[in-house]
Amino acid sequence: MQLSSSSIGRKILMAVTGQVMILFALVHLIGNTTIFGWLHGGINAYAEHLHALPPLVWAFRLFMLAAVSIHIWFGIQLTIENSGGRPQQYAVKSTQKATFASENMIWSGLLILAFIVYHLLHFTMKLIPGMVLTTDPEGTVNVFTMVVSSFQNVFVCAIYAGGMVALFLHLTHGIQSSSQTLGCSNNRTLPVIIKAGTLVALAFLVGYLTIPLSIFAGFLKG
Amino acid sequence: MSDHKTMTLTLIVWRQKNASDPGKFETYTAKNITDHHSFLEMLDCVNEDLILEGKEPIVFDHDCREGICGMCSQVINGAPHGGQERTTVCQLHMRKFKDGDTIYIEPWRARAFPIVKDLVVDRTALDTIIQAGGYTSCHTGGVADGNAILIPKPVADEAMDAAECVGCGACVAGCPNGAAMLFTGAKVSQLSLLPQGKGEAAARVKAMTAAMTECGFGNCTNHYECQAACPKGINVKFIARMNRDFLKAQFA
Ligand code: HEM
Ligand code: SF4
Ligand code: FES
Repeated sequence: MQLSSSSIGRKILMAVTGQVMILFALVHLIGNTTIFGWLHGGINAYAEHLHALPPLVWAFRLFMLAAVSIHIWFGIQLTIENSGGRPQQYAVKSTQKATFASENMIWSGLLILAFIVYHLLHFTMKLIPGMVLTTDPEGTVNVFTMVVSSFQNVFVCAIYAGGMVALFLHLTHGIQSSSQTLGCSNNRTLPVIIKAGTLVALAFLVGYLTIPLSIFAGFLKG
Repeated sequence: MSDHKTMTLTLIVWRQKNASDPGKFETYTAKNITDHHSFLEMLDCVNEDLILEGKEPIVFDHDCREGICGMCSQVINGAPHGGQERTTVCQLHMRKFKDGDTIYIEPWRARAFPIVKDLVVDRTALDTIIQAGGYTSCHTGGVADGNAILIPKPVADEAMDAAECVGCGACVAGCPNGAAMLFTGAKVSQLSLLPQGKGEAAARVKAMTAAMTECGFGNCTNHYECQAACPKGINVKFIARMNRDFLKAQFA
């Protein structure tokens, strides 16, 4: 039987692609913190190393595009199928274990999608107005100036905050859910994984928000 | 039990003539109910009154009334089997309620469980899943030697934990997606844990999970409402185990 046609198979594809995205989010976060200067040459040097090999960059982008597409495709498909799983709701709603995050995965997911589109238009395609684009003598855009100038705008900060809160919600459920879907949990480990997943989600939230907030608060200046 | 104080309760019960009737809630009063009445006995009292008044009694499923058959099936105030831990409706007692309480009683609601009448739903879909692979193919004949196949105690215990499932369908009723993953996970695991079931493990998990989808059950999103609803305390670890079996089966 094809993975893409079975109930568990599709969940497995979602879990794997979800974990690929989490891994990406982790590496991306570590990379972004070079803005605080712990790497020689700061975020500019990081950005330059990252884009040193265009074919590799494109191969990676296509890989991520595939992961995101598979995840979204099955996410929407499974959600639509499930919406009719209980044709009539109970008169009294009483959930014991479901959480706000687990019940709203599709909405937090779609918010993340909207955020990803904005984020690509912003720093990858550089099409969002209001940021300072200076070119270094070598002809590359000064990433540090671009980022710092962007986050001086409160609306831009708010959009990023919103995106990260959506990611936080998505991952508080998503991390433990993907581990269960892949069969990696049992009665002893599941409660631990649920807690650890929430902590990881929180670490992403705090980690990612540190950048725009420290710029907005004036700790990082252009 | 004449020394017992009695309760009067307001019941808001789902009444539906048949599968095509849209159905609606009706309000009834349950009188002279004591702590010692089980929930089903309380309904019996209401039904006696209804019959005396010449009205149609409330139809509900039940059989053993001792928590082992899995027939009783009512959602009480939004919780399958009433929400008391490891308790079927028939084992739920009225001491859980207070005089003057209002109680909502509804049938299991899931796409795969069409309503037959009032609180009775058709759970044939669970049998369909079992027929797809919930068995082992073995030669019948003389009784096998009890210790011919040695099974470590922890494995036997875990298989027994899975086998506790009575097939009531509360897990489906409690699941916002109407998924049958806890039931199927328990049934797949009770067999695949044991040597006799391992031979067909790969084919079984594929067939049973495919039947699950064909019957109209939803997809699991790991809310774990099923475990909270299960009167037998089946753990969601059996869903993880089935997912693992399913993954392995892709390479078998
Ligand atoms: C781009 C838009 C996205 C959409 C529309 C989306 C949608 C969904 C949906 C509907 C689910 C299923 C809910 C469930 O099974 O409980 C889900 C699960 C999940 N998502 Fe997303 N998501 C998106 C982005 C992301 C991102 C960026 C990440 C990681 C950084 C992620 C990680 C996960 C994980 C780990 C799961 C759990 C998978 C499982 O239980 O099998 N998602 N997503
Ligand atoms: S897993 Fe529990 S709730 Fe589901 S059918 Fe079996 S006994 Fe009933
Ligand atoms: S009637 Fe048998 S379990 Fe309730």
